[in-house]
Amino acid sequence: MVNLGFKIGTLSFRNPVITASGTCGYGLELQDFIELETLGGIVVKGLTLEAREGNPYPRMAETPSGMLNSVGLQNKGVEYFEKYIYPQIKDLNTNVIVNINGKSIEDYTLLAERIGLLDKIPAIELNISCPNVKLGGMAFGTNIESSRKVIKAVRSVYKKILIVKLSPNVTNIEEFGKIAEDEGADAVSLINTLLGMAVDIYKRKPSLSGITGGLSGPAIKPVALRMVWQVAKTVKIPVIGIGGIMNANDALEFIMAGASAVQIGTAIFIDPESPLKIISGIEKFLTDNRINDYTELIGCINK
Amino acid sequence: MRKVIRDFKILFNTRLNQDYFILEILSPEPLIRIMPGQFIQVRIDKSKDTFLRRPFSIHDVDYENNIIKLLIQIAGKGTKVLSELLPGENLNVIYPLGNSFSIPELGEKVLLIGGGSGTAPLLFLARYLNEKKITPDILLGFRNKYRIIELEEFSKYGKMYITTEDGSEGFQGLIDEHPILTSNKYDRICCCGPEPMIKKIASYARLMNIFCEVSLENLMACGIGVCLCCVVKTTQGHVCTCTDGPVFNVNQLIW
Repeated sequence: MVNLGFKIGTLSFRNPVITASGTCGYGLELQDFIELETLGGIVVKGLTLEAREGNPYPRMAETPSGMLNSVGLQNKGVEYFEKYIYPQIKDLNTNVIVNINGKSIEDYTLLAERIGLLDKIPAIELNISCPNVKLGGMAFGTNIESSRKVIKAVRSVYKKILIVKLSPNVTNIEEFGKIAEDEGADAVSLINTLLGMAVDIYKRKPSLSGITGGLSGPAIKPVALRMVWQVAKTVKIPVIGIGGIMNANDALEFIMAGASAVQIGTAIFIDPESPLKIISGIEKFLTDNRINDYTELIGCINK
Repeated sequence: MRKVIRDFKILFNTRLNQDYFILEILSPEPLIRIMPGQFIQVRIDKSKDTFLRRPFSIHDVDYENNIIKLLIQIAGKGTKVLSELLPGENLNVIYPLGNSFSIPELGEKVLLIGGGSGTAPLLFLARYLNEKKITPDILLGFRNKYRIIELEEFSKYGKMYITTEDGSEGFQGLIDEHPILTSNKYDRICCCGPEPMIKKIASYARLMNIFCEVSLENLMACGIGVCLCCVVKTTQGHVCTCTDGPVFNVNQLIW
């Protein structure tokens, strides 16, 4: 048997494969396809203090080896989450992580405090990198000082595991990783989507109602991998690699570049079973190569 | 109803005309129960130019032989690749997805309206209604007589009315201009087709206070309610076409 377990701070994960926010709903939507307890964890759909309608349709455009979305954090708000969703997901036998978003620092801290009260949510992912909202989101995550302020503020009110999700839409992503570490984050996850756009030449209009959107899928994998490598060299806290991972080989590339874990996102849209295939693929690679513990591979390209 | 991912096998790929073809695909196991209006997400293998699955209405179901029929319009790169599939090749699908048309009461006068590829879910619905002892009127619209598809199939299940834009067959004009809409009295309309058409039918149904359900064709990524890309604005806010739809009562929709 090979070891796939790892820890962020005191929080144990049975394996390094986690489903990414906005691609797995609240986990329940995937239950027809996978047993959630086989996953390292799930990061549920981005949550805000108040309910959000999101952006108008159309919100999606297929692009070469990927897709653009501009969903705009549609969700029913924290009260609905506490009342109706939390009871349904609290007993899932996996790490359920809540992705939190805000328009202001106060939004983030209020939300972090409330989620902190939920026993069965061991961690939050601080989303300062959503490209599809006018206020907050990426505006925080692309500015060093505002990133520092929001991470510091959330850290001061949230005592459990804090993961900061970084935006790739910056010049030096390692600086943002460093700030997250300095302000007490337990891990960083990257990358969120890359800002992009598409034009419908027949309608002579942008393909998305929001004009710009976030690019995901294999198209962004080389960029994501480079950024994970840069951040992993800079920080000592665990890095969770995200960006176009479609199979176990992709996941292993991220791990060898320095990621302690990976998140699977857009791949789920094409194959909802892909997270399981990635777990078993990593296992097989380890067995075939006589490696007992996948953590030996973390950042091995630097050695 | 449990959704599954399965490799089906292509039995027949039949070209109807330059725009349309029918795929008959065989399940590797007894088919899961499917209701009229539900859809299937098809993975497009061997295609470098596409990335996501493509959603298609289920055109008909043969439980005895475990076959699903898909009526597909060649509309882009994905459907072009599908149109070239050969019998014996595999087709990876996720099914059954979405909700379905609601079932009329015995004795209701039902009109099915389909435009172009919007005829796809109506054949299964028409046959299903027949099994429930309801014979619907069926109004189908096409650009011209060369584009008419599946007329013979539909004729088995109800009284046919055809419109063509150029008048080369049936009534000349758009579907919503067909005189049966005003001359006949219907209790229920079930409709699928291009958005401008279903919007007109929807406003007519609202005006006449006729129960009306439409099947929407919004762009989708996942098809299983996780990406939130295919939303439509309803009285309940934005909801997913893939899980809350594709069939909506027109009174739910804010158009």
